[in-house]
Amino acid sequence: MSAPSSTFFTAPPEWQWLVTIYFFVGGLAGGCFFIATLLDVFGTPVERRLARLGYLVAFPAVVLSGLLLVVDLRRPERFWHMFLQSETFRLMFKYWSPMSIGSWALLAFGAVSLLGFLAALADGGRAPAWLGGLRPPRVLGVLVAVVGGLLGFFVAGYTGVLLAVTNRPIWSDTPLLGLLFVISAASISAALLLLLGRLERVPPAGLSALARFDSWVLVLELLALVAFLASLGAVFRVWLSGWGLLLLLGVVVVGLLLPLTLEWRPRMLGRFSIPAAAVLVLVGGFILRLVIVFAAEGV
Amino acid sequence: MPEPMGFFTDTTVCIGCKACEVACKEWNQLPATNGGRNTLSGDSYDNTRRLDGIHWRHVKFVEQFGPDRRGGRWLLMSDVCKHCVQAGCLEVCPTGAIIRTEFDTVVIQSDVCNGCRDCIAACPFGVIEINPVSGTAQKCTLCYDRLQAGLEPACSKACPTDSITFGPVSRLRDMAARRVQTLHARGENGAYLYGADERMLGGLNAFFLLVDAPETYGLPPAPKLPTRHLRSGSWFSVLGAALVGIVGVVNFRNRGMAGAARTRAEEEPRP
Repeated sequence: MSAPSSTFFTAPPEWQWLVTIYFFVGGLAGGCFFIATLLDVFGTPVERRLARLGYLVAFPAVVLSGLLLVVDLRRPERFWHMFLQSETFRLMFKYWSPMSIGSWALLAFGAVSLLGFLAALADGGRAPAWLGGLRPPRVLGVLVAVVGGLLGFFVAGYTGVLLAVTNRPIWSDTPLLGLLFVISAASISAALLLLLGRLERVPPAGLSALARFDSWVLVLELLALVAFLASLGAVFRVWLSGWGLLLLLGVVVVGLLLPLTLEWRPRMLGRFSIPAAAVLVLVGGFILRLVIVFAAEGV
Repeated sequence: MPEPMGFFTDTTVCIGCKACEVACKEWNQLPATNGGRNTLSGDSYDNTRRLDGIHWRHVKFVEQFGPDRRGGRWLLMSDVCKHCVQAGCLEVCPTGAIIRTEFDTVVIQSDVCNGCRDCIAACPFGVIEINPVSGTAQKCTLCYDRLQAGLEPACSKACPTDSITFGPVSRLRDMAARRVQTLHARGENGAYLYGADERMLGGLNAFFLLVDAPETYGLPPAPKLPTRHLRSGSWFSVLGAALVGIVGVVNFRNRGMAGAARTRAEEEPRP
């Protein structure tokens, strides 16, 4: 059987579990921050309690992301070569290399999300009160929220572009992975905030807008997924495998269709409908990244 | 500045002796597979199988025989890094470990590489892999150290049939074109050059004379640069972010006074 694309003649980089987990955790970090920004700037006071949770998730998640990436290097002690040229100590930056620009974006996002994190701690009384000014509606806080939100979008999406800017099957046979990852980051982050909001006893009225947001985003994600699969052309046949089955069952059914059904017919599982949908979205979001990483590694 | 140097590999005179593989391993002090234990492929005389971090030359055996093994032929090709003029690995490398030398070759500096493996995914030919001893990405350097000393690379020096010729790329191209003409005159009409002109990645400084389709030798028919999706992929990501942002604003904004009033009602402590 002839190869459907020249990408089939390349070698796998062995980006596997650590990278898959990073794509998930990094998506949560970026997504939780940009949703927190949206809630903080546009939402009601109750919803701002959810935004606080978003800031509390984003910073630890981005720290974990960085650790995962460093550990995944074959020479972890040289991680700083991403930032400084090791011989001359001049800045290392290539705007056309997604890995280079992504490393810097993670560093910058780490710094800004720390500010949001401190503000969220202050709002909970666990840090000096003046740090609360690092959150909207204070001017400095709006700046932190907007810059962090934009960086959050970047961190959530660049990973898809990183995969596209290779020569591997699936990854580089479509330009749509970044789009898919940004939308998926929004859906899994909204799902996580819905769960945390419930644990934090945010009143249902404060959760309803976020649940509605998650439903809309799931519809977008379904459309993006269909567009992604269609854009693969002849390479689509890679999915005629166990990975394709996992994509269909784990992502389309478990991660998208079931939660959409639960969110549209919330009486199906009573008060457990929304949390159940949220758990399914998180599981589906992880499997999405898993099949995209591993289906290409297996070719 | 020296002129661009490269390899012309004429597969029609390769006899599959693997002297190039051995010379490469010896000169570059590359470790044995599995600590030297026998690793036979079991279905071919080709036991190296592919280029990787410890095999920078690989003599590929293509055994074209029918089930009864009467008739047929061997195609033998000593594969190597192509030292592309537009090199995908060099484009994506985030540490600057991959450089273009004064000989127009592409070299990975092992003391800079941190093993992120982006270049492995980016190479259109699957040439690069991690060397387990150094933990860094490695491939053919076109014997950069020998070139700097005015020597020719170890593989071409060792090749007993001149299947591998080293020299200035312009001279190699003339030589290869003449060789194709000779083969055509002798009736080998399938002979052609792979990567000898600018159409393929700006030109491969290590190019090949083949007599069957590229795929038969495990070569991509249309290798491309990884950055072909950089612009479109980025704009689609921005589109995704914009869609999510719009959905967020539509769902979260306080809808006028009614929304604000409802919010206040929700905030009131219940009796």
